[in-house]
Amino acid sequence: MPDKKPSTPAAPSIVADVACTGCGCVCDDIDLVVESGRIAEARRACTLGEAWFIGQADPSPPACLIEGQQAELADGIDRAAQILASARYPLFYGLRHTSSEAQQAAASLADVVGGILDTPTSTHHGPWGVSFQGVGEVTSSLGEVANRGDLIIFWGVDPVVSHPRHFERYSLFPKGMFVPRGRQDRTVVVVDVERTASADEADLFLEVPRHRDFEALWTLRALAADCQLEPQQVLEATGRPLADWQNLMDRMKRARFGVIFFGTGLAMTEGKHLNSEALLAVVREMNAHTRFVAKTMRGPGNVTGAENVLAWRTGFSFAVNLARGYPRFNPGEYSADDVLARGEADAAVIVQCDVSEDFGDQARRHLAAIPHVVIDHRPTETTRAATVAFHTATAGIHTGGTVYRMDDVPLPLRPALASPLEGDLEILERIEMRVRQLQSSAAS
Amino acid sequence: MPPNYLKIAGGTVYDPRHGVDGQVRDLWIADGKIVDAPRDSKVRPSKTIDAAGLVVMPGGVDMHCHIAGPKVNVARKMRPEEKRVAPPVERTATTHSGTMGSVPSTFATGYKYAGMGYTSAFDAAIPPLAARHAHEEFADTPCIDKGFYLLVGNNQYIMRAIQEREPARLKAFLGWLLSAAGGYAPKIVNPGGVEVWKQHPSGNVDDLDTRVDYFDVTPRGIIRGIAQAADELKLPHRVHIHCNNLGLPGNWTTTLETMKALEGFGGHLTHIQFHSYGGGSGDEDTFNSKVVPLADYVNAHSNLTVDVGQVLFGETTSMTGDSPLGYYLSNVYKTKWFSAETEMESGCGIAPIEYKNKNLINALQWAIGLEWFLLVDDPWRVVMSTDHPNGGSFLAYPQIIRLLMDRTWRRDALASVHPLVRERSTLADLDREYSLYEICIITRAAPAKILGLDHKGHLGPGADADITIYTPDDNPQTMFELPRFVIKGGQVIVEQGELRESTFGKTLHVTPDYDKDVEADIAKWFEDYYSIRFRNYPVGEEYLHEHETVPCQ
Repeated sequence: MPDKKPSTPAAPSIVADVACTGCGCVCDDIDLVVESGRIAEARRACTLGEAWFIGQADPSPPACLIEGQQAELADGIDRAAQILASARYPLFYGLRHTSSEAQQAAASLADVVGGILDTPTSTHHGPWGVSFQGVGEVTSSLGEVANRGDLIIFWGVDPVVSHPRHFERYSLFPKGMFVPRGRQDRTVVVVDVERTASADEADLFLEVPRHRDFEALWTLRALAADCQLEPQQVLEATGRPLADWQNLMDRMKRARFGVIFFGTGLAMTEGKHLNSEALLAVVREMNAHTRFVAKTMRGPGNVTGAENVLAWRTGFSFAVNLARGYPRFNPGEYSADDVLARGEADAAVIVQCDVSEDFGDQARRHLAAIPHVVIDHRPTETTRAATVAFHTATAGIHTGGTVYRMDDVPLPLRPALASPLEGDLEILERIEMRVRQLQSSAAS
Repeated sequence: MPPNYLKIAGGTVYDPRHGVDGQVRDLWIADGKIVDAPRDSKVRPSKTIDAAGLVVMPGGVDMHCHIAGPKVNVARKMRPEEKRVAPPVERTATTHSGTMGSVPSTFATGYKYAGMGYTSAFDAAIPPLAARHAHEEFADTPCIDKGFYLLVGNNQYIMRAIQEREPARLKAFLGWLLSAAGGYAPKIVNPGGVEVWKQHPSGNVDDLDTRVDYFDVTPRGIIRGIAQAADELKLPHRVHIHCNNLGLPGNWTTTLETMKALEGFGGHLTHIQFHSYGGGSGDEDTFNSKVVPLADYVNAHSNLTVDVGQVLFGETTSMTGDSPLGYYLSNVYKTKWFSAETEMESGCGIAPIEYKNKNLINALQWAIGLEWFLLVDDPWRVVMSTDHPNGGSFLAYPQIIRLLMDRTWRRDALASVHPLVRERSTLADLDREYSLYEICIITRAAPAKILGLDHKGHLGPGADADITIYTPDDNPQTMFELPRFVIKGGQVIVEQGELRESTFGKTLHVTPDYDKDVEADIAKWFEDYYSIRFRNYPVGEEYLHEHETVPCQ
């Protein structure tokens, strides 16, 4: 990791092989052209990547606000620590746009004060996490797909929009070891509730009515096991003729290395964890016939890193409750949105995440009513409403650290710009230090 | 200024490296190291531990366990049902909270090892592409020194170098890879078999001479090639081998062939218990122990060392870089199954499993592990391990020690398992009992020596001051479960089971000399096949935190 705060010379310079956290692809081949202390160009970046890198050039906001008023950083640290030290049931949520190092610091603080610790996993891919605990998962790194995948299925996800370079780097176009002609060696299938931009790139598009994913996947399970199915029943259950599913299953069995990429279009629609459980089960069972893997398509930031950090520190990857002095896990009960919506948390720390996108109305109303600390690299609705707000340097732009790609591959962040602002890691560590002081003086 | 001395006074010292077998000695410690007693008799230590009547040994060294990295972390995520019923690890003013179960969280892992008197542990299977992740977990695993072995037995670059008969390129690549990942030793897991699994449904190799498609190499060629490269690089721990056909009836011939395939090069065969089975291929009714012929071969060939991979009865989690094995186990036990392939490098399989004492296969596995301890003549060549958590938890070591030291208790245990074990193994005939001195060898001195750690596993001047002090007890399990003191790098971190201080612990790794010209070819390889940039692959020094390069010599 280069220095945290590199000097930025006036002449244009290039920072090469930068990892982009604009989506879960974490493309690490971006060359950033830095000119006069700003990123002028993000070479090879997609539209999401450009928005991420170029959109960072705003003038720095004040480092700290207390109740909306500009304040000294030390005062903000003290106030944040006071809030946490006096809270009985504090909530920690977010950890999206940050390094795994800062995620560790947040997890440490949550442990010290005995709080709820949760991430956007619970509001996005949580049902997958639950079904994974039920059946397991057969998966691979993205490079395996690039080198071997000859049947690529996208289910409930539109990567052209959500993961614009996925096709180019991992799934459709790479000329791999066992698929030397790239796209020509692959069959591409899209399953979705409506025709998407990705469907236009597919060899086969299967439109499935809303909320019928489970039925469709269960049909495939039956066909994988050569069960005889009643055509009319399949049509009614899945909205498509049995022959379509048989055709897909034939392709799946013929493939040498198949993969199903799936998104929140599957995991967060009706049926939730049952949908992803059905998908993971089909993929497992396909391995009696050929090689087959599944992969969730994760969104922006470093949510995969947060899952890993929480898992190695607490044993659980989201929805962790540390209030009894040790970790407990129960999604739904300890998920941030639920804890807030039920009015249970009496303080909150939101780290690098705009919760207006994640929380429902009730949760947001309760958050507004309790003292809360927001740590973010950009001013948002959330920071403006905070009791204490810290504006920080941006992980992957101004500070280094580690990010985990959607397939758990860890990559280094290469900061290209200097920032006058502290990183979130330092802010979190300082709050913890202050909380420990307050705790020990209260004890003595 | 004389240094700040810590003196451990009047303990009954076991230091097999120096032939010290239970003699009363003083130990002097300064700056984290064991030192000679000061010449000036007027020099007083700043702290003295009265060890009169207590047993003093080097800190334990676990040379084969699974405690960090992607596979371990997935197992944590996958098994909340275990954690829910396990006793919690509560936070204190100096420690973090955590969870147990068969796969403890990182902090809990460090605390529990230290609490048991172990001060070093080596994770046995890290995909190089995920090395950064393993280092991140190590940074959150306190109290112990740690290192990891890199999965290389199905690495496609290595297979290509063997196919193209380029041993120099293989050697340079291995040197580069260990340095780039901050690894400690090369690990071979089911050589060639994982690549076949990636290519074919239910794929695996049958024996050492099965050809691997596309690369046109054999397991034998892979083992021989890597062993030679490791030898030429003078790695402190040459090569750590998980043989083909783990767990299958009749696999002992594969294991014997693997020993022969080394052709005299140094090699360590790990969790050998899982590889010592007789019987017809795929026929569990004829399953039996083949430790006798294998141990005879090990006894007669000084290039070989083993660790056991002892099985304990109960539930645990199987986790392995051997993907086809994971598939096999999940089908046998009909459990949930995790499998993940890492591009160009390796595989991974995870499944919950249970060993039952009334099940003939499981009971034989238990007996076979004990046979290995009792049939290898030289304790310097057989090491305590459960292949944590595959055979059981590392927390079972004190129980295994009792089984080795107390033949009456062992016989009682044997009487409680499936009766056919007496016919299908030699355990009932083995009267050997380990002495404390020999236990000290198989839990610290031998693993340190086999790992090439000159500063661990002994109590001579220059050694790291990693020391465990036990209260003697007629029951060795009681004695080893609850050390009186544990000293890590000269600091007392545990007293009577209570963690006093949470030290950080070092990362141990190697940086062999290699021909740097190879890097251009590796860069091209990355360009062609990897999904990340070559430049983003090597792990920077900031990930190693406190660390130490162990010399290649």
